Amino acid sequence: MKIHEYQAKTLFKRYAVPVPEGAVAFTPEEALQVADTLGGFPVVVKAQIHAGGRGKGGGVKLAHSREEVTRVAEEMLGMTLVTHQTGPEGRVVKKLLVEQGLDIAKELYLSIVPDRASAQVVIMASEAGGMDIEAVAEETPEKIIKVGINPLIGIQGYHALQVAHGLNLDSALVKPFVQLLNNLYRFFMAHDASLVEINPLVITAQQTVLALDAKITFDDNALFRQKEIVEYRDLDEEDPLEVEASKFNLNYINLDGNVGNMVNGAGLAMATMDIIKLAGARPANFLDVGGGANAEMVENGFRIILSDPNVKGILINIFGGILRCDVLAEGVVKAAAQTGIKVPVVVRMEGTNVEQGRKILDESKLNLIAAVDLKDAAQKVAEIVGG
Amino acid sequence: MSIFVNKETKVVVQGITGKEGQFHARQCVAYGTRVVAGVTPGKGGQKMDDVPVFNTVAAARAATGADCSLIFVPPPFAAAAIMEAVDAGIELIVAITEGIPVLDMMKVKNYMRLHGSRLIGPNCPGIITPGECKVGIMPAPIHKPGGPIGVVSRSGTLTYEVVHQLTQQDIGQTTCIGIGGDPVNGTNFIDCLEAFEADPETKGIVMVGEIGGNAEEEAARFIKEKMSKPVVGFIAGLTAPPGRRMGHAGAIISGKSGTAQGKIEAMEAAGIHVCKDLGRLGELCAKVF
Repeated sequence: MKIHEYQAKTLFKRYAVPVPEGAVAFTPEEALQVADTLGGFPVVVKAQIHAGGRGKGGGVKLAHSREEVTRVAEEMLGMTLVTHQTGPEGRVVKKLLVEQGLDIAKELYLSIVPDRASAQVVIMASEAGGMDIEAVAEETPEKIIKVGINPLIGIQGYHALQVAHGLNLDSALVKPFVQLLNNLYRFFMAHDASLVEINPLVITAQQTVLALDAKITFDDNALFRQKEIVEYRDLDEEDPLEVEASKFNLNYINLDGNVGNMVNGAGLAMATMDIIKLAGARPANFLDVGGGANAEMVENGFRIILSDPNVKGILINIFGGILRCDVLAEGVVKAAAQTGIKVPVVVRMEGTNVEQGRKILDESKLNLIAAVDLKDAAQKVAEIVGG
Repeated sequence: MSIFVNKETKVVVQGITGKEGQFHARQCVAYGTRVVAGVTPGKGGQKMDDVPVFNTVAAARAATGADCSLIFVPPPFAAAAIMEAVDAGIELIVAITEGIPVLDMMKVKNYMRLHGSRLIGPNCPGIITPGECKVGIMPAPIHKPGGPIGVVSRSGTLTYEVVHQLTQQDIGQTTCIGIGGDPVNGTNFIDCLEAFEADPETKGIVMVGEIGGNAEEEAARFIKEKMSKPVVGFIAGLTAPPGRRMGHAGAIISGKSGTAQGKIEAMEAAGIHVCKDLGRLGELCAKVF
């Protein structure tokens, strides 16, 4: 789960990770009120969307006067911001973060991520802050410091010092930086973060160190014990069909093709998307109904696929294991009765209770197209959509 | 004849009185697996069918000599359940549970390094040596006993699809293992490949991967350097968009790493027969093996 920069900074403050003074604003009037509390100009106005690259897209601007704050806020609120992370459709800006402008001496990079291969929590830092860190990692890997921490032991003094000295910090800055890093690690572990990234972490002309930007994502699997974090979820930033699917514990991702598909199991669902493409059509979604799906989940999954206007045909591919084919069939029949099937549906079923499942579909008199195997299913659905 | 489990394996089911645990414990018993004990805290002394239930894994092991654990404990308690099995000295731990927090699994993984147990999963279908022992949730009838092919996969139902196609081509399996779709898991591809290479009955291997991480790339390097047996490979997620988690917590392309294309290239360079059309995987296996 992602959160906004202003929310991330609220959390940082609570963990004594220094951030610039500022607050969120939903209207130009509020933006001005916030600016007036910051004790002078310039101030920075930052669009709050769940995507990076905002600066290049015109989502981060300096304002040197009260009038300019109002003008910039008016321009930014409601604009569709397109960055390399939003896709061509962009995101509508609905809130702003208004912050004090700082006199920046140096920009650093700092992040914490779990490393899957080593099972360590890895701190990454670089003197090449403010830039695209993936490019830095690729072109000049020696400029990135990596320190791995065994989560059973936690961060030790020498870990933080290794990072601080790796960044060539002035001796006066080492202590505040070490404190900041310890606090950031404490936050990361306490809230099941899956990424904490500060780019840039700045050193000001006054020799203070603070987080100018803040990007945090959380482990979806841990949200059950992070009730407070869940409150920060912003449904405006998510695809409406995906929000609807999540209500029913369905794993749904909206894509731009025209073949809707419903599959049990994430691996098989990805492989089904691939085979649709191979047959010459394009998948309209990823939908994993999961192992423990019941008839109601199948019914809702089906309804969500059908509510995507781009869908011209549907492929159902179920390999019955825990999810039995008769349960799936019942769900499909119920969904069809409630929503009506407006597009052709190809069904491929195999595994547990497949005979009962096929019987239920046959007796339903629904206009379903049976496929003998996966290859046959993909070809049939591709023919239907004229792929 | 097989790797990791066989007809001698004695299984304790953690979470045996829950809905899923009970259903699958029965399925395993029906397949012929020696399910010798169950564990549910507070229900020690009861029985699930003929299987005695204990309060702790340590008690279950002491009373029955169980050497393998099958875990159905819900996500908030699953990491502790794995560590309990480790502490009880269980050699092989199979964790089916889906949705365990990453930080929990990282702690488990570091803890396991201090002990001798092997973990399969979590978020996996388990392991089966067809005709001998099933420790997992896979549908039994799709398997064909007797070998000669070993299967190792990051996925659940996709593994069933692959096994089904093998069986339809009349190709049997020695052992099939789902290593799970989470970013931090126990047994990895290389552990399984190494065991299959050493198993005299296994003549070839099917390896099923998916987007995310670099486990397939590392496995490809291992195959190139250390393996003599032929390997057929498949990677799911060629059409997956970057930055989106495709169901499994581990299945996400971030930046340039973890793409299906990159994995396929690494596997082909290692001499693996990569199948690009899942619909024809069985046919390809019939040709290669």
